[in-house]
Amino acid sequence: MELTYGEYGGRFVPETLIPALDELEAGWREAWGDPAFRAELDELGRTYAGRPTPLTLAERFAPGKRVYLKREDLLHTGAHKLNNALGQALLAIRLGKRRIVAETGAGQHGVAAATVCARFGLECVVYMGEEDMRRQHPNVERMGLLGAEVRPVEFGKRTLKEATSEAIRDWIATVETTHYLIGSCVGPHPYPELVRELQSVVGREAREQVLDAEGRLPEIALACVGGGSNAIGLFAGFLDDSEVKLLGVEARGASSLGVGRTSVLHGSRSAVLADEDGQVLDAESISAGLDYPGVGPEHAFLRDTGRATYVSATDEEALAAFQQLARTEGILPALEPAHALARVPELDEELVLVCLSGRGDKDLDEVLRALGRR
Amino acid sequence: MSKALVVYLMSGPETPELAEAAVAGGADIVELGFPFSDPLADGPVIRRAAERALAQGMRTGPCLEGLAEIRARLPETPLVPMTYSSLLEAYGWDRFAADAEAAGATSMIVADLPAGEQPGLRRVQLVAPTSTDERIRLAAEQTDGWLYLVTVTGTTGARDDLSPALAGLVERARRATELPLYAGFGISTPAQARAAAELTDGIVVGTSALEAADQGPSELSRYVASLRGALDETA
Repeated sequence: MELTYGEYGGRFVPETLIPALDELEAGWREAWGDPAFRAELDELGRTYAGRPTPLTLAERFAPGKRVYLKREDLLHTGAHKLNNALGQALLAIRLGKRRIVAETGAGQHGVAAATVCARFGLECVVYMGEEDMRRQHPNVERMGLLGAEVRPVEFGKRTLKEATSEAIRDWIATVETTHYLIGSCVGPHPYPELVRELQSVVGREAREQVLDAEGRLPEIALACVGGGSNAIGLFAGFLDDSEVKLLGVEARGASSLGVGRTSVLHGSRSAVLADEDGQVLDAESISAGLDYPGVGPEHAFLRDTGRATYVSATDEEALAAFQQLARTEGILPALEPAHALARVPELDEELVLVCLSGRGDKDLDEVLRALGRR
Repeated sequence: MSKALVVYLMSGPETPELAEAAVAGGADIVELGFPFSDPLADGPVIRRAAERALAQGMRTGPCLEGLAEIRARLPETPLVPMTYSSLLEAYGWDRFAADAEAAGATSMIVADLPAGEQPGLRRVQLVAPTSTDERIRLAAEQTDGWLYLVTVTGTTGARDDLSPALAGLVERARRATELPLYAGFGISTPAQARAAAELTDGIVVGTSALEAADQGPSELSRYVASLRGALDETA
């Protein structure tokens, strides 16, 4: 079997999708090698999305350290997800696909997909679990205002896993006219690679910015990991810098790299929360974006090779870090990167880079509820 | 030659009895679902049946035991487990093939393992209206006994009309192979069965068979007999 990352990756999907994946891979290679495509994407990044995003020194968050935040929370739509959505929308247009289907958990990818579809005049359908629609309600409203149709997914745990399955089922039925705009570095080949490349702008910029600010590379780069797209984008900037440690932080109840087993979910072989029979287990996290039992195959590969290390943070630790960043730096992070922030104070390293992958506005209700204030 | 009738049943405590009823009604082959928590190729009816089966404890071990019991009751009927890669990954690909065969399986179908992947694993391959001629050739070369034609671009489940894509797919598959072609996905009524069988060598019914099976063995038998009758009109 041709797997993409060591023993991980591959294309475990019904035959119906294989020709579309072949077409996508060929189209992607051609586009990514085309200077005009890259220039258009860069231009959109500058003039529409707000790239480059700033790098902020967070002096009060972790006294005694130099902690730099890569501010993807300041990107248009409030999270790194737009980097991927813009690139895939341009690709869909090149492939002649005018309908976009996407899944979303926290709603950030759904909003990014709805945004690019509005910008380019594409039809947009977003699948979202009912439970996530409840806890990320502002993003549901946002998608509606942007002209997307949000379809509730009402089975299973009603979160990201089920939403992803339904988006793939939609794509199986509409593949001739539809592009599946997957939101993370998961799914069948070539999606994990494509999403990594589109998110690698995060790591490239951050590397330059830390070098400018400090004259040296960070000792460690951290990011939260659900499917793992902000982490793989950040890590991509430092993979060849062996002196830079890479640390991914999963939600404790969704720790597929920590306690999962090798299994097949949503089209690729990777680390999955699954039982001994290969049945996929439910993840459990306060953060809808990390509440997913799978992870991108490249992360499983980086874990096995030892290039990156993966740990986890609990809901409570993430909530504490959320409040700490708010009060010490005047930044409300999304609950997802709050998991990465939670691991910062205990690090041995002094010069630290954290991907602040999104902003916390969407999480206010959930945080207030968890803190007993609502 | 008589057209083949393949009936899909989900593994469960009542499945041996249901399989007998399906064969009594005229089924030639029984496809046996080994449930998976996230079945991407399946529509809501089979997905819900899988959820129910898992809630009843139908994991890989009990499914293999159920298969062996059906084999004991139906010594002559080809029995084909249909499942997803995750179960085989967990159980061991080769070990699954060996244990399924030992339990009486005739072949198997893995819905999310397209032709070209795991070429050592003997199984019935699927082709779809979106398949290129090259993919149809590859699937035909690698398939085990017959080729499964997915009539629709979509997941399993009943449709109002027989897919117009089937005729073109049959024509392309005939150029690639002399093996029997059985059409499935979206076939539920005797009229659809007859129309599909006029183009192919047999049909597969899943969703509607499960709905009939929910009403008990005699309803399943009656439903299968109605399809049998329709197929025999084309023979």
